[in-house]
Amino acid sequence: MSAKTRFVIPIVVFAVLVVFLGIGLTLDPRKVPSPFIDKPAPAFSLPALHDGKVSLSPGDFSGRVWLLNVWASWCVACRAEHEVLKELARENIAPIIGLNYKDRPTDAKNWLRQLGDPYQASAVDADGKAGIDWGVYGVPETFVIDQQGIVRYKHIGPITAEELHDKIIPLVKTLKENKA
Amino acid sequence: MRTLLLICSILLVSLPAQAVIESRTFTDPAQEERYKALINELRCLVCQNQNLADSNADLAKDLREQTFNMLVGGASDAEIVDYMVSRYGDFVLYRPPFKSTTLPLWIGPFVLLGLGVLGLIIVIRRRNRTQGAAMSDVERDQVRRLLDQED
Repeated sequence: MSAKTRFVIPIVVFAVLVVFLGIGLTLDPRKVPSPFIDKPAPAFSLPALHDGKVSLSPGDFSGRVWLLNVWASWCVACRAEHEVLKELARENIAPIIGLNYKDRPTDAKNWLRQLGDPYQASAVDADGKAGIDWGVYGVPETFVIDQQGIVRYKHIGPITAEELHDKIIPLVKTLKENKA
Repeated sequence: MRTLLLICSILLVSLPAQAVIESRTFTDPAQEERYKALINELRCLVCQNQNLADSNADLAKDLREQTFNMLVGGASDAEIVDYMVSRYGDFVLYRPPFKSTTLPLWIGPFVLLGLGVLGLIIVIRRRNRTQGAAMSDVERDQVRRLLDQED
């Protein structure tokens, strides 16, 4: 083995390691890709939080771009996300539907009264069954659904203000233009 | 004697604490075996390095419940696994399926092993060759002279 290759081999090995570990650093193992992307939104039929007689289902919003936000009053990260959702609601570009996941309705109502209500409506998923159908595993989670009822995007964890402006709002706008 | 009694009573109290997983009653022992196998094969998404059997997370509890209900309802193992995969993706499986996206995962280690063995063979061959030609005629004479001096 010549002296040159003797030096080159460790450097090449090191470079490959750096590339792999570098890619590893940018990935978040907590973010599991959703199998629902570009698939029809799973159905549910659940009572609305504020009026239990009204039943909510994803079909109610067909023909519109809308967001499904999974939240609960016991979820600390949801509190952090709440202001961002209110900002999105003020933009008034798409209805936000809440999926109140494994929560007590009284707690949920109090929470919205205290912090403000960005949701057009919230569906009560008391036993978490709809959550399972939507593949929810970490609250909060947010789905963007297009006019045809196809899930276009899933965000796991709280949406930050940057993510709202850089990703969610542009996406909703593009989806709305696509139809026109 | 008193300490022994105390230890025994403490051990009695600790029994329920070990029963993290809720008890399920099966009418059919084969069904119970299938249930155990399934919850050992399915991953909990909240605490990602645990399976459903080990995890005490709320979601794991719900998914165990779902597995149980489907089993008792007569679903096959494949149906239950499909149910989970269609909602949570291949990630719920501790043994991911063999397909194009998981190809590096399955054959990667063998490729690396092959490369390692290949590298080893090359290094060993090269070393043998240099060892064979290590001594020139002049050197061999020198060695012989040195050995003769010893005698």
